[in-house]
Amino acid sequence: MDWTRRSLLTTGAALLIAGPALALTEAQASGMVGNLVNEINRVIASGKSERAMYGDFERIFKKYADTRAIAAYAMGVDGRRATNAQKKAFTDAFTGYISRKYGKRFREFIGGRLEVQGVSRNRNFYDVSTIAYLKGEAPFEVNFHVSDNNKFYNMYIEGVNMLLTERTEIGAMLDRRRGDIDALIADLRSAS
Amino acid sequence: MSGFRAFFAIAILVLAGACSVPGPGQAPDGIWDPNETANRKVHAFNTRIDEKLLRGTGGGYADKVPEDVQMVVTNVADAVSLPATVVNQLLQGRLVDASRNTLRFTINATLGFGGMFDPATEAGLPKDESDFGATLAAWGVPEGGYLVLPIVGPSTERDAVGRVVDLFTNPLDRVLTVPQRRTKTAFVLLDKVGSRGQYAATVDGVLYDSADSYAQLRLIYLQNRRFELGEEAPAADVIDPTEIDTTGF
Repeated sequence: MDWTRRSLLTTGAALLIAGPALALTEAQASGMVGNLVNEINRVIASGKSERAMYGDFERIFKKYADTRAIAAYAMGVDGRRATNAQKKAFTDAFTGYISRKYGKRFREFIGGRLEVQGVSRNRNFYDVSTIAYLKGEAPFEVNFHVSDNNKFYNMYIEGVNMLLTERTEIGAMLDRRRGDIDALIADLRSAS
Repeated sequence: MSGFRAFFAIAILVLAGACSVPGPGQAPDGIWDPNETANRKVHAFNTRIDEKLLRGTGGGYADKVPEDVQMVVTNVADAVSLPATVVNQLLQGRLVDASRNTLRFTINATLGFGGMFDPATEAGLPKDESDFGATLAAWGVPEGGYLVLPIVGPSTERDAVGRVVDLFTNPLDRVLTVPQRRTKTAFVLLDKVGSRGQYAATVDGVLYDSADSYAQLRLIYLQNRRFELGEEAPAADVIDPTEIDTTGF
């Protein structure tokens, strides 16, 4: 980030105009994704074992993602009949499951890297776009949607939306277990 | 040439009527799948084939074939499909992209030793693909229902028509001999097996670890294809964080 006096002034002015409704700035949102991307790149380049990488991804995921919002969205309408204890347990189990699942995919990024391109403000979130450079592949877009708490709550890999994908999957898992939320939680803990 | 044009005209006339459009409320979450029962059967068939031949490392291809060789296969497969990309981008009115890919083809065909290497990417002309399905989209033909094709996999009514047209419209085929064309096809197929191996964890995850692999693949394919075509995502795809109720989670 190049902190020229002008960019500081514009950021300051933007803050003044936007007022308290905009608690987060574009610079903060893209800065957060920048840190996230750096940590992911470091893990990808570390050459660690798959299992060790999952641990790293889970730590990164907990640090940068709004795990409560992601879990709540993934559970969808079934969340209405869940007890608070079930919701908490679900968030916890789901966080581990998603780190392993996406950790596996990021492993395919070995030899590649993510780069932050830019950020744009939408009504209630920032859209931070990054480009993934992989060996032998056309570069492709990975977007992070960041809410006002400066954590990302959704990710788009070439247009594929993590929240929608996970809601579909969790819904299908629940159907298979005849709507049994406790069975779902138990299986998420062991699912790879 | 006139036969070629007539074929084109007929194909387009046929598909303009063939691509079904959902009525109000018929496509929740942007998914229009009027042939779901038949599609699920084809999906099950495709998955069985994948399991027998490709599951894991693409039948061992990704493990056994040296990476440099896989790279050459990828490059050749890309080079031979570039002329078709250029034709389609011309048909879409994307003149800048078409000339960029013409240059990309020229560079890789010459400096890249007949497409075996990809110096164009280093020169700032990265891989870029298009097809007749994309051309139809640019011409305003509706996407149509979701369709699972045998062996090929996820598609839409519009893309299925595009694929058929693509079989006949690669300009390269006009200058290649029959054995050369077969080699070309072999490289393209090998490259697909290679990609299957390269993304083994992701593909296996979707096909074999999902609770409903059909629904997962359908969602992923439609979102990705619409993104590729620059089509507007259905409203359901943009999620407002302030509308997620996180109480208790």
